[in-house]
Amino acid sequence: MPRQQIVSPLPGTFYRRPSPDQPPYKEEGDSVEVGDTVGLVEVMKLFYEVKSDQSGTIGKYLVGNEDTVTAGQPLVDLGE
Amino acid sequence: MGIKIISPGLATSVQDLGRPGYYHLGIPISGGMDRFALRAANHLVGNPEGSAVLEAVFLGPEIEFTTDAMVAVTGAELPLKVDGEPKEIWTSFSVKSGQTLSFEFLKAGARSYIAVSGGIDVPVVLGSRSTYGLGALGGHEGRNLQSGDKLEIGDSSITVDEGRQVPANLRRGLGSSAELRVVPGLYWHRITEDSQKYFFDDTWKVASEADRIGYRFQHGRALRFNERKQPFGAGSDPSNIVDSCYPYGSIQVPGGTEPIVLHRDAVSGGGYFMIGTVISADMDLIGQLQPNMDVKFIEVDIDTALAARMNRQSNMQRIREVV
Repeated sequence: MPRQQIVSPLPGTFYRRPSPDQPPYKEEGDSVEVGDTVGLVEVMKLFYEVKSDQSGTIGKYLVGNEDTVTAGQPLVDLGE
Repeated sequence: MGIKIISPGLATSVQDLGRPGYYHLGIPISGGMDRFALRAANHLVGNPEGSAVLEAVFLGPEIEFTTDAMVAVTGAELPLKVDGEPKEIWTSFSVKSGQTLSFEFLKAGARSYIAVSGGIDVPVVLGSRSTYGLGALGGHEGRNLQSGDKLEIGDSSITVDEGRQVPANLRRGLGSSAELRVVPGLYWHRITEDSQKYFFDDTWKVASEADRIGYRFQHGRALRFNERKQPFGAGSDPSNIVDSCYPYGSIQVPGGTEPIVLHRDAVSGGGYFMIGTVISADMDLIGQLQPNMDVKFIEVDIDTALAARMNRQSNMQRIREVV
């Protein structure tokens, strides 16, 4: 069975924190529920919250903070 | 009767062909950023080509229909579904009252045009139904759509068949890079010969500021300016000029570093020098560029620009004839 992933719904710049002086939404190993925010994508000066559509554990972030992402690009590998 | 917005996407607004005639008063032309796709979408559902449609960017909305309608979606490769059943882009399809139109993730391009038979019936403001968000003018309450918004659909006297389609060879291809043709402008002499060359040699990347006001480009070499004493009324930076008009498509380069191409909702004047103007035939293409895409600027003269505009117009004429 392929690993479950959370993908970016839109192109832009990926952020792991809600703002520079706040902690990341999730760390690797954290549990995640449906609807939890796992990061932000900024485009056109708008910030879009990327939410998980499944529950599990954050296995690995596949992109770094402030990396550019494309629509459909996997952001997070979910573990068991 | 009409449509109800379940979720609005990222920035979905009502647009038609725009609001020309008020730019000198600081009111921009607005209208769809890819007007070719907008016209084609209207044509597919039997509307006049300038009827108001929805323009969605990067992320599609979810829309519940409260009336039967013919619908077509053109522009970006943004896969769509009606009640979960996939539908083709650039093709008309019927939607029954109670059904829901939704979208999957963007595959290519940036902006989709959703035309509904009868057109989106918002009030006409200064001759147009287009939304100018910054000025809170036109469209639906002068703003992008929000969840729960209800929009009226105009009366449609024309009935077209389902499956009306723009052939693939008449759609504009959406690649992973683009070329934008530019006519150098009045202030071309302000930059050095080397900078004139580098501007067209370098590969630029679309920045995340890629909206209805303008598109910013990064990662080319910074421009160097020829020495001069800044005239009275111009700012102190060499990229400043005495205030001037900003045409649609003009390319300003604040500080000489990141070119910005002004688009449909741009301000009409200011104090940055403009390196030139993107030709009108390529302005629709800008509306389909995603952030991080590679772009080259290509130098052309005005005759080439006029020929390219003629070519685009004949493309639209072919759609009118064959579809």
